[in-house]
Amino acid sequence: MKVAVTSSGSDLDSMVDERFGRCRYFIFADSDTKQFEAVENEYASGAHGTGVQVAQFIADKKASALITGNVGPNAMRVLMESGIEVYTAHSMSVKQALEHFEEGKLSMASGPTTKPHM
Amino acid sequence: MIIAIASGKGGTGKTTVAANLAVALKDKMRVALLDCDVEEPNAHLFLMPEFTEKESVVLPVPSIDSDKCTHCGICTGICAYHALADLGKKILVFEELCHGCGGCSLLCPAGAITEIHKEIGLVERGTAKGMEFVQGTLSIGKVSAPPVIKKVKSRIKSGPAIATAAVIIDSPPGTSCPMINAVSGADYCVLVTEPTPFGLSDLQLAVGVVRELGIPFGVVINRAGMGDDEVEKYLQEQGIPLLMKIPFDRRYAACCARGGLLVEEFPELKQTFNNLWKAIERRVKA
Repeated sequence: MKVAVTSSGSDLDSMVDERFGRCRYFIFADSDTKQFEAVENEYASGAHGTGVQVAQFIADKKASALITGNVGPNAMRVLMESGIEVYTAHSMSVKQALEHFEEGKLSMASGPTTKPHM
Repeated sequence: MIIAIASGKGGTGKTTVAANLAVALKDKMRVALLDCDVEEPNAHLFLMPEFTEKESVVLPVPSIDSDKCTHCGICTGICAYHALADLGKKILVFEELCHGCGGCSLLCPAGAITEIHKEIGLVERGTAKGMEFVQGTLSIGKVSAPPVIKKVKSRIKSGPAIATAAVIIDSPPGTSCPMINAVSGADYCVLVTEPTPFGLSDLQLAVGVVRELGIPFGVVINRAGMGDDEVEKYLQEQGIPLLMKIPFDRRYAACCARGGLLVEEFPELKQTFNNLWKAIERRVKA
C-alpha cells in the first residue's frame, strides 16, 4: 500500500513535518516494494484553501494512508471522503514513523486535530 | 467626499475618531457614517441610531448535481479559493472558503451547478443625530467580511451631491481583505494610531497598504503623551502628515467608556476635530 508522510526534508531521515497543508515535502512510501518518492509541496505558500488542495493532491496520488502531525477540518473532510486513513506522528523521523505505522503503533485520527486556518 | 478611518492596530480609536468627526460636521454639511467594521460594529454605541431598513447579505455558493457532473475539472480548476475538491466520484463544496464569484456555475459545461444563496450578514440603515447611519454585521460563525462591507458601501451614491457631503467610513482594523475593501475608493484615509511600539509597527503595515492602493492619507495619534516619540519620528522621516493628536487624558477615556462623544463634552476637542476636517479637506482639494 502507498503511504504519504508529510516531511521536513526529502529523505527518510528527515523529521515528520507536523503541518499538513504547509509541510515542506511529501514522502510517498510503498510498504510492499519499500520504494519511496519525495515530492516538494508546491502548495505550501498558498493563501486560501491550502488544506483542501493538498488533501486533493494526496487523494490524486492514490495514497491509502497519511501520516502527519495535525489536520484541519476541511482537509480531513477530503481525506475521509477519499477513504484515506489519517495517522498522527509527532517528533520522529519519517523512517521511524513508517516503522511505527507498520507495527501498528501510530494512532488514527477520526476527526480534525486542529482548527481551520482561514 | 469619502473619508475612511482605518488603522493597522485594533483599539487605537478608529470609531472614536469616526463618530466624533461625523458629529463635529453634522451641522455644517450632509454627513453619512458607514460602520464597515462588520465583525464588531460599535459606532452605534456612540450615536444611538434608529434603524428603519434591514437587508440581509447573501452569498451565492455552488450546489453540485452529481448525476449531471462529468468531473471535467473546470470548476475545481477555476476556483481561486479551493472551495471545491473533486474526488473522482464526488465533488465536495467548502462553503466557508467560497467567495461567491459565480465562476464555477458560469463555466460548468454540464449545467451541473446551481447557486444557493447563503445568508452571511445584515445591513441596517437609519439615522443618528440627523445623519445617515449604515452598519453591516457579519453573522456569527461566518468568516467572509468583504461581501457585507461592499453591501454597506453600496449605499454611497456617486454624483455631484457626494462632493459637498461627508461620507465617513469606520474601517475594520488590520491590513487584510476587510480593511482593503473598506478603504478602497476613499478620497482620503485617516490612519489612527497610538504612540507605542505596537501602534508604530501596525501603522507601518497600514501605510504600506494605503500607499499601494494610491489613497492619500494622514495620521491621527490617539492617547498622545503615553508611550514614546517613535511614531512622530517615523511620520517626520516619511513625510506623512500628522493631522491631529488626542491627548491621553483620563476624562476622555471615561467619556468614551460610557459611550459619550468627546466633541459634545469637551469644547477643546470640538475645535480639534474641526481642525482635523479642515486639514483633510485642504489635502483632498489640493
